[in-house]
Amino acid sequence: MIYSAKVIEHFQYPRNVGEMPDADGIGEVINESCGDATKIYLKIEDDRIRDVKFQTFGCAAAIATSSILTEMVKGKTIDEALEVTEDKVVEALDGLPPKKVHCSNLAASALRAAINDYREKHGH
Amino acid sequence: MKRKVYLDHNATTPVDRAVVQAMLPYLHEKFGNPSSLHLYGREVRAGVEEAREKVAQALGADPKEIVFTSGGTEADFLALRGAAYANRKRGRHIITSAVEHHAVLDTCEMLAEEGFEVTVVPVDRHGMVDPGRVAGEIRPDTILISVMHANNEVGTIQPVREIGLLARERDIVFHTDAVQSFGKIPVDVRELNADLLSISAHKIYGPKGAGALWIRRGCRWSPINRGGGQERRRRPGTENVPGIIGLGEACRLAVSNLDDEARTLKTLRDRMVSYVKENFKGVWINGHPGKRLPNSAHFSFEGIEGEALLLDLDLNGIAVSSGSACSSESSVSSHVLLAMGIPDEVARCSIRVSLGKENTKEDIDYFLEVLTNTVNRLRALSPIK
Repeated sequence: MIYSAKVIEHFQYPRNVGEMPDADGIGEVINESCGDATKIYLKIEDDRIRDVKFQTFGCAAAIATSSILTEMVKGKTIDEALEVTEDKVVEALDGLPPKKVHCSNLAASALRAAINDYREKHGH
Repeated sequence: MKRKVYLDHNATTPVDRAVVQAMLPYLHEKFGNPSSLHLYGREVRAGVEEAREKVAQALGADPKEIVFTSGGTEADFLALRGAAYANRKRGRHIITSAVEHHAVLDTCEMLAEEGFEVTVVPVDRHGMVDPGRVAGEIRPDTILISVMHANNEVGTIQPVREIGLLARERDIVFHTDAVQSFGKIPVDVRELNADLLSISAHKIYGPKGAGALWIRRGCRWSPINRGGGQERRRRPGTENVPGIIGLGEACRLAVSNLDDEARTLKTLRDRMVSYVKENFKGVWINGHPGKRLPNSAHFSFEGIEGEALLLDLDLNGIAVSSGSACSSESSVSSHVLLAMGIPDEVARCSIRVSLGKENTKEDIDYFLEVLTNTVNRLRALSPIK
């Protein structure tokens, strides 16, 4: 299993880790087959992601994809954030080993779940 | 420079310098084919036979009962298939355990596809096979029982002598995979009541690609391979001479200082396990508390995936192995842990730490320091509390 330097870097020094007590939207996704779990918290003002935090239980790939995704969506509008797909996350990490590509799905799904949660709560 | 600590000796071991020295002449100067009649062949034959004697002596066996193989996996494969086919007119039923190495389980699966019937006996929460359960599964058509001497993942030592006795009383062939126990605890083929026993060189500070199958004289077993007269037709093919020489020397070294080494390793291991037990929350210590290989420890840290823990330790120069691998669409937890009744979500949080003779107290202190940081860091990341 060879990870890119970028994956290792995000695994060792993940960005935006933690909980957010006053989050506007929370998304949690569990991969039923491999057991990995990611929770994403969003702070949204004027349709824009002002802050984002994550928590992940999983392998290095699951942790690194969550970390880089939070970096990629911070400051973006909701519509822009929804364009950050699995493929873009994998690309930003300089790739993932073939067996680990499925891990990228976790963070992206959790982000979409958090956005849905925000929209439901705020009547959009 | 960053400290490097190797704690994965159940995976493989470095070749001992004395073993390397013993092997070196057989790579260049003594290159002959041991089957050749000329001087080149004869001197190599002498070396191979000397190695056979060393292996036999280490196991309490007769040299004629030793067959060199490419390693533990091949020894297991030949043991099971050779016994199954030599006995198929007497019956087709085979008994094995749920915690065997894949070398045994996959071979049993193959035999099942070929018309043999395989019963897999369960283990208790410590990974121990109950001889009573084995006895309960024996049928008139049972021809072969295979139960490992010690488990490679959690280190549990099986009641092999009792199971071997059950088999002997009923005239059933008994095989034990001693790949992981040999060199760590005493292994004597007669005491274990075995008919077939597998060992591997690279687990005992010998080279990779060499192992042996002990076949008790008179055991109903027939060769699987064809292709020449080597190893008294039991395993044809030109001998892996440097590997065999290395196996022989490794066997000699393994038993020469076994008790002292086992005691030293056990002291280090016990200290490490006590520290983990006292200083970590949500930790499972797997394997039998007493009947366990002296060098092995197996932990599950709730809320941290084993592979992430392994990688973080690796980034700090520490090598261990994990009890599961998250790959493609599924996380495949170890069959051993699942057989012990460890829940899947705990099994996937596991690491195996296996010590070896070059490890020091400082190595273990460094490991525990890094482990503390890593566990805290990864738990802080996890949404599972």
